[in-house]
Amino acid sequence: MSGKDHGYLDMELLRFTTAGSVDDGKSTLIGRLLYDSKAIFEDQMEALEQASINRGGEEVNLALLTDGLRAEREQGITIDVAYRYFATPKRKFIIADTPGHIQYTRNMVTGASTANAAVILVDARNGVIEQTRRHAYIAALLNIPHVLVCVNKMDLVDFSEDVFDRIKADFIDVASRLDAQDIHFLPISAKLGDNVVDASTNMPWYTGETFLGLLEALPVGQDWNLSDPRFPVQYVIRPISDEYHDYRGYAGRVASGVFRVGQEVVALPGGLKTTIEAIDFAGKSLDYAFPPQSVTIRLKDEIDVSRGSMIVDAVNQPQQSQEIDLMVCWLNEKPLVIKGKYQVKHNSNELRCIVTEVKYKVNINTIEEIHDDLSVGLNQIARITIKTTKPMFFDSYKKNRDTGSLILIDEGTNNVVGAGMIL
Amino acid sequence: MEQYSINHLRELEAESIFVIREVVAQFERPVMLFSGGKDSIVMFHLAWKAFHPLKVPFPLMHIDTGHNFEETIKYRDDLAEKTGTRLIVKYVQDSIDNGRAVEEKGLNASRNVLQTVTLLDAIEEMKFDCAMGGGRRDEEKARAKERFFSHRDEFGQWDPKNQRPELWNLFCGAKHMGEHFRVFPISNWTEMDVWQYILMENIEMPSLYFTHEREVFCRDGAWMASAPFMQLKPNEKVEVKKVRCRTIGDITCTGVTLSEANSLEDIIQEVAASRVTERGSRADDKRSEAAMEDRKREGYF
Repeated sequence: MSGKDHGYLDMELLRFTTAGSVDDGKSTLIGRLLYDSKAIFEDQMEALEQASINRGGEEVNLALLTDGLRAEREQGITIDVAYRYFATPKRKFIIADTPGHIQYTRNMVTGASTANAAVILVDARNGVIEQTRRHAYIAALLNIPHVLVCVNKMDLVDFSEDVFDRIKADFIDVASRLDAQDIHFLPISAKLGDNVVDASTNMPWYTGETFLGLLEALPVGQDWNLSDPRFPVQYVIRPISDEYHDYRGYAGRVASGVFRVGQEVVALPGGLKTTIEAIDFAGKSLDYAFPPQSVTIRLKDEIDVSRGSMIVDAVNQPQQSQEIDLMVCWLNEKPLVIKGKYQVKHNSNELRCIVTEVKYKVNINTIEEIHDDLSVGLNQIARITIKTTKPMFFDSYKKNRDTGSLILIDEGTNNVVGAGMIL
Repeated sequence: MEQYSINHLRELEAESIFVIREVVAQFERPVMLFSGGKDSIVMFHLAWKAFHPLKVPFPLMHIDTGHNFEETIKYRDDLAEKTGTRLIVKYVQDSIDNGRAVEEKGLNASRNVLQTVTLLDAIEEMKFDCAMGGGRRDEEKARAKERFFSHRDEFGQWDPKNQRPELWNLFCGAKHMGEHFRVFPISNWTEMDVWQYILMENIEMPSLYFTHEREVFCRDGAWMASAPFMQLKPNEKVEVKKVRCRTIGDITCTGVTLSEANSLEDIIQEVAASRVTERGSRADDKRSEAAMEDRKREGYF
């Protein structure tokens, strides 16, 4: 049977993150998408209604769909990033839905780290507020390729084009101070369904895509970095069997760029030059590989390559240093310790570091730098410098989300305490 | 023209393979839990692809309740033999016999919960530091917040309120002595993705998933397979129906669906049209609103 017979073979994957508080209509918006795309089933709906009634609520509370933990239900709060799934005939969607109240920054950074798009909800009555700036800042910091600004509750401002235009101008003003990506604006009413799945008849002045239409149309294929070939080695495959006696393959996932058979590459550290002999995947040979494919690369010469090594293009190489400047989002109750030692995980590489300096903190509500108080606690974002025990091979996060990101791990508790984006 | 894009199934495949390879690289003694259900079949297929031409570099482990569909056991044994993979089977019956687990009583008695005892004992006895499972986040609400790399303390417990943040593709398997990890490589797959992938890869499946005639009875609105160790209530009667399994687990708590689906294409049609989740007929989840969380906290799959 050919691929053409199955529509799903043409489907793409889009990951997006939604952030916001309970009353800005986020649940209603996501609920409508899930229900209209049949991602909520009858038994889930039944359980949801029952759970809502048990808690004395009259309306179905969508958060109960994924707030599955006992503590969340009892306290009526969302503790963690919840992942939800739905699909249309064009795309499969993964939503990282992040709660608005507690652990706000930590959760949004986590959800944003793998997202192609960020959905930012703005209440049409309130316009651009502190929370909106916070969302915009984090979306820019995490380098999310697409931002969808949904001006919600348009029904409560008489579907006014003026209100929409003013909010749009205010947001553009905020975004101009950030390194913002591709931004889209749309006026919606999640409650009434205007411009969510179907075009609004109440706002004939808006001629753009609906929310779902836009989610289906965002050019996600262009989000990958295809220009800088980077291949972090995860594992060395050596079968030592009669059939594959001399087989030595480097298993990993293409972080960025395109690798081709015959291409001149170097393996870092070491930097010896060789050629790609073959790209294997489950018994098949590929001519080339690109992100985010997981493959196995074989090299022409036997050189020292192991987990933590990176195979890169011979001409186009990453930066190399033991002193690294980065933006860090702190994820733990225990504050960052200046001169403290941490484990670093960067691609498949593990090393240790000392935090040598905190340059400044960021007030993410005003997007201003703070220079007088340099203590970095939970949910705070700062620019820091680290010194590593051995050289790291990296690109800037803006250029490469994969080779430009790292996590800091507390050596005593093994907890992940910092999310780093290399400058 | 070279193409630099892949469809959603290939992207999910690449992600899962990445996760499985991380497990082998980061842990000393990993094991893959295998129930013979579609999710563990897909997970094993991904493991096979991840390391080819190397044989899968970890054993499979089945926690056997003794209440199986015979076919599942045959499928499991054939798969291990065909691929040269080591298979470990641990029996809930042994845990009951040596007093570690106590059999439930009554009509809805099931050995589902008891599996946790056998599983944790096996992990400790065999010194596994990571057990991969086929859990998916879309399956159940307590799973929606599960990490790919899920940390377990020395009692095998899960602390959902204090999970480690998981960012980008950076999975942290650091742990203290006696602790272990559960890793869920197909976290981001839905039931639909699993079936579409099985079709795309042409993976052989146990025939239980396709329509067949079976002796069944109706309990609380769900069809259950009849078996010698199932007790019937007075108003329940066994009849023969055309059914298929939508999930495969322990017989005592796995419902079957009335279905004529004869091929993978039929199943995909059926899943697409279905308005009830696959766990809708799993009696084990219906015990309470937080039934899954409670079992998971204790160390369930």
